[in-house]
Order: sequence, then structure tokens, then C-alpha cells
Amino acid sequence: MADSSSGRVAERKRHSPLVDSLIRLVKEKPLGTVGGIITLLLLLAGIFADFLAPYGINETHLADTLAPPSIKFWLGTDSLGRDLFSRVIFGARISVIVGLSASIIATIISTVVGGLSGYIGGKFDLIVQRFVDVWMCLPSLVFLLVLISMIGPGLPQVIFAMGLRWGVGGSRIIRSAVIAIKENVYVEAAKAIGCPTHWILIRHILPNIMAPLITLFSIRVPNAILTEATLSFLGFGIPPPAPSWGGMLSGEGRTYMFLAPWIVIWPGLALSTVVYGVNMFGDAVRDLLDPRMRGGIGRYGVRAEKKKFWGESGGKR
Amino acid sequence: MRVYIIRRLLLMIPTVFLVSLLIFFMIRLVPGSVIDLMIASQLESGGGPADRAALEHGLGLDVPVLVQYGRWIGVVPQAEGNFSGLFQGDFGISLWSRNPVIEEIAARWPVTFELGLMALIVAQLIALPVGVFSALRQDTWGDYIGRSFAIGCIAIPGFWVGTMIIVFPSIWWGYMPPIMLIPFTEDPIGNLKMFIVPAIVLGMAMSGLTMRMTRTMMLEVLRQDYIRTAWAKGLRERVVVIRHALKNALIPVITIVGTQSAVLVGGTIIIEEIFCLPGMGRLIIGAITDRDYTIVSAVMVFFAIVMVLINLMVDLTYGFLDPRVHYK
Repeated sequence: MADSSSGRVAERKRHSPLVDSLIRLVKEKPLGTVGGIITLLLLLAGIFADFLAPYGINETHLADTLAPPSIKFWLGTDSLGRDLFSRVIFGARISVIVGLSASIIATIISTVVGGLSGYIGGKFDLIVQRFVDVWMCLPSLVFLLVLISMIGPGLPQVIFAMGLRWGVGGSRIIRSAVIAIKENVYVEAAKAIGCPTHWILIRHILPNIMAPLITLFSIRVPNAILTEATLSFLGFGIPPPAPSWGGMLSGEGRTYMFLAPWIVIWPGLALSTVVYGVNMFGDAVRDLLDPRMRGGIGRYGVRAEKKKFWGESGGKR
Repeated sequence: MRVYIIRRLLLMIPTVFLVSLLIFFMIRLVPGSVIDLMIASQLESGGGPADRAALEHGLGLDVPVLVQYGRWIGVVPQAEGNFSGLFQGDFGISLWSRNPVIEEIAARWPVTFELGLMALIVAQLIALPVGVFSALRQDTWGDYIGRSFAIGCIAIPGFWVGTMIIVFPSIWWGYMPPIMLIPFTEDPIGNLKMFIVPAIVLGMAMSGLTMRMTRTMMLEVLRQDYIRTAWAKGLRERVVVIRHALKNALIPVITIVGTQSAVLVGGTIIIEEIFCLPGMGRLIIGAITDRDYTIVSAVMVFFAIVMVLINLMVDLTYGFLDPRVHYK
């Protein structure tokens, strides 16, 4: 046992941390690897949409309206004769943009609000937390609907609304992490030697809340993609003719779905696959980054643990 | 315990007050006022300044927003001189239909409540067995399938599944789900039949998170000393798993179920939209589109109260499941 684990360590030292993580991902998280591949495909489709899509997003083929999937139109066409394959590919771009930017905005807001609230504490904390309470006791989707009707539909608005909503929501987690960290001796020491507050926040607090930050971020990305689709589906998201996956399922798509079901199949399938993949990948990355999951329980330790549990090999505790 | 409940209910008042304040002003910031929409919808009556002023006066929108707010929550007298607002238990009157909002809510809430409750039950029926199974067979193929299923439930959007369920049966067998609402009191079986498909779609979407939480907690609990003791006593697997492990694992799961009920409110909106169920979701979407300020504000306050009550119930459930919890 000792030999094999030291051999493992020696073997690992040959790679850079990134490659090492990748190897661990493939070895230990088969589902996470599948998710990673899907995520990679999504990113590539989003970035290279212009090259991948055979037709333009709003290019109409009036002779081929509602055409079923064929060699000319791989996934068929919609009621205006627009190629669905191209639109699904460009939909990936919207999803990438929304997923990443809404999550980044949400994480930044969470960090600032939660960090300040937790670090300053006292009355400031109390007031901010009451505000967060109020914010959180409104159902997320309804609140987003009101927020978006306030600032109007559109890509930046949707991103901003989701970032704001989730940013304030996630600040709770950051706040509790900061409260735990600020009691540490090294923060005390930094204060004692006269470090300015912003320095303590950035150099001592921030690196220590990276774990919850990454967790929050990785949960937000698939959520943002799904919520954007939901909003667009309800007509409160990105207005047509932009090829949002959710938007393609509503409006025109809903009118013609009984005649041409492929209009509503592909965007939903793409959406489900992507959200599934990003979720799986995020989970795996979280597990790999979480020090508590390294070694022991949760990895190869599990089987040994089980044996002990069943009393088959009376190992020491 | 009674003191605890009373204290929590009192704490609800400032929260609900702030919610009402926030939403009342937010909805008025939505571009395109209700007056514009009303004038646009009644083109024949003209849109002169006189009509506009009369309309505004009739709807009580001619006074400053703060006064409108005061009237709505019941601290400023109405135009007729009486106090009727949230404090008096009056949610106001719809700007379009002129019906009391409380009647609109009373007509819609049972639909949403039934859908939500059924979805909640379906979700637990899926989540608990699969979560426990996944935990007992950790890192086997069964576990992988269970976890994939859980994430699949989270990932596959309800509005897509709903759409597929409407499209394909109709194409293949010419079957359409009923459009008209069948009241439970008239035809209980027909009513349940109507709700079961939307409830399953919604319940599956909800079950994902609960399933994962159940699995994680079961894994943790199964490694506890008292489980070892239970095995050592020679208890059967069923007893160990259900009575000793699951009961303890359920405590955090309940929290998730509680927070899920918030998601449920959002989820019902979409499902109601797809399956044409006349619930709260369609009420609020219609109200936002029509700029029916009173309905939007009142429904949001109503939602906030429901959420606070659900949270209270979740907290009380802890005491039921875990005798160590004391309410102070």
C-alpha cells in the first residue's frame, strides 16, 4: 500500500499540475470526462460558429421552408426556411457568452457584497443581510422576469439581471467563508503590522475563499445557460431573430411544432446535452479541487473503507 | 416552541414590508405604463389628455407614487377616505379586470398549489430511492447511472420535455392533453389525470438536486460509528439503511427540499405555460405584460409570504427529525 502510493506520487511529479489534474480527471471521473468533452465542444462551437455553420443565421430558403432533415439541411429548416443546424451552432455562441459572463458577474458581485459584509460585520453586515433576505425570498424566475421587463429584453440585459440576482444570492456563502477566515491568526498579524484593509482583503482573504468561489462559479455556468433559455422561451430573454435555444422553442417553433417537430427537437437536445455536460464537468472539477476529496474517502479510499465497514479486512482506523 | 414560531412570524413582517417596497417601485420602473397600454387597447375611445387624466384618476394613479404605496399597504387613506391595504388584509384591486386581487389569487393558487404539491411528491418518490441506491453502490455502474440520471433531471429543461410530451403523442396517436381545467371537486380522477403529466415533468426536474444531496448525506452517514454498531447488533440491511442511516441523512435533504420549493414556484410558471394550466404563473406573466401593477406587487408579496412560511416549516421539521434540535 505504502509502495504503490509513493509510486503514484513519483509518477505524478513528472507532469505539470494541469496535466496531472487532467490525468486524474480521466482516470477517476469518467462522467466528468464526458462532461469535459461536451464543454469543450460547446466552447469550440461557440468560438468557431462562423466557420462551422453552413448557412447564415437569418439566411432564408423560401423554397425549403419546414424541410425535414436532409443532406442539404442537416437538421431541417424552420418556417422561414432558415437552416436549423446553423442556428443551433450559433445558439451555442449565445450560451457560451451568457454562461460565462453571467457567472463572472454573479461571482464578482458575490465576492464584493459577501466579502465586505463578512469582513466589516456589525451594523453594516446586519443591514446588508436584511437586504439579501428580502432579495432571496422572491422566487428567482419571477424576480428575473420583473427585472428584465424593467430593463428590457436583450443579451446584455439578461446577463446583467442574472448576474445581479445570483450575485446577491451567492454572497451568503462568501460571507460565511470570510467570517470564518477573518478570525485566523494571520489576519490578526497582518492587521498588527499595519496592513491596509484592502491589502488584507486582497492578499489574505481572497486567496482563501477561492474554493467556494470556484464552486459558486461552476454551479452558475450551467444554470445561467438554462435560465437564459427559460427566459427566452417565455419571451423575456433574447428577442428573435437571435438564435437562442430557448427562443427557438417558443414563438415560431411552437406554432409549427406539430408540422415540423425537428424545429423543437434540436435546440432542446443541444441545450440538455450542454447543461448536462457542463454540470458533470463542473462537478468533477470541484471534486478534484476540493482538498477534502483528495485521497481517502471519495477516491480509491472508498473500497478499503467499505471493507472495514463490512468487517472483511479488519484494518486499523 | 410556540414562542419560537411567534417570533419567526413577527420577523416575517419587516421582510414582507421590504419586499412590498422593493417590488412596488420596481414594477413601476418598467417602461410603458399601464395607462399607455389601456389607451392603446381602446383606440376608439381616443387618447386625449382628458381621457388620460380620467383614466389615471379612476385607477388611483394620479397621486404621487409614495402615496400610492401608502394606500396600497394601508397607512394612507384611499381616495374614498377609508384605510384598506395590506395591513388590513386587502391586496388591492386589479387595474384591468377591477376584481380584488385576492379573488384572482384565490382562483389561481389551488392550481399552482396542486401542481407544486404533486411535483414535490413525485420528486421525493424518485429522489430518495435512487439517492439511497447510489450511495449504497458507490462507484459502481449502478451509481453512475443513478448520478447521470440525477444530473440529467437537472439538465433537461422542463419546457423542452413538456413540449416533446405535447408534440409526439399528438403526432403518433393524435392525443392532445386537455386544454380546459377540470376542477378536482367535479371530477377528481380527471383532475389528477390532467395534473399527473405536468407534475411528473416538474417533479423530475426537482428530483435531481435532492437525489444528489441524499446520496452525499447517505455516504457520510453510512460511515458513522452508530451505523457500525447497528450492523454489529446484527440488524437487517433494511433496518440499518432506512431507520438508522436514512433518517439521519434526511436532515440536510429537507433543507434542499425547502429551497427547492422556491425553484418550484419558478418551475410551475413554465409548466403552466406549456400545459395551459391557469395558475399563478400565467397570472403573473400576464400581469407583467399588462403592467397590472397591483397584481404583480400583490402576487410577489404573496409569494414572499409563502416562501417565508415554507422556510419556517422546514425549520420546524428539523425538530421532528432530529431530537437534538431545540428552538430558542
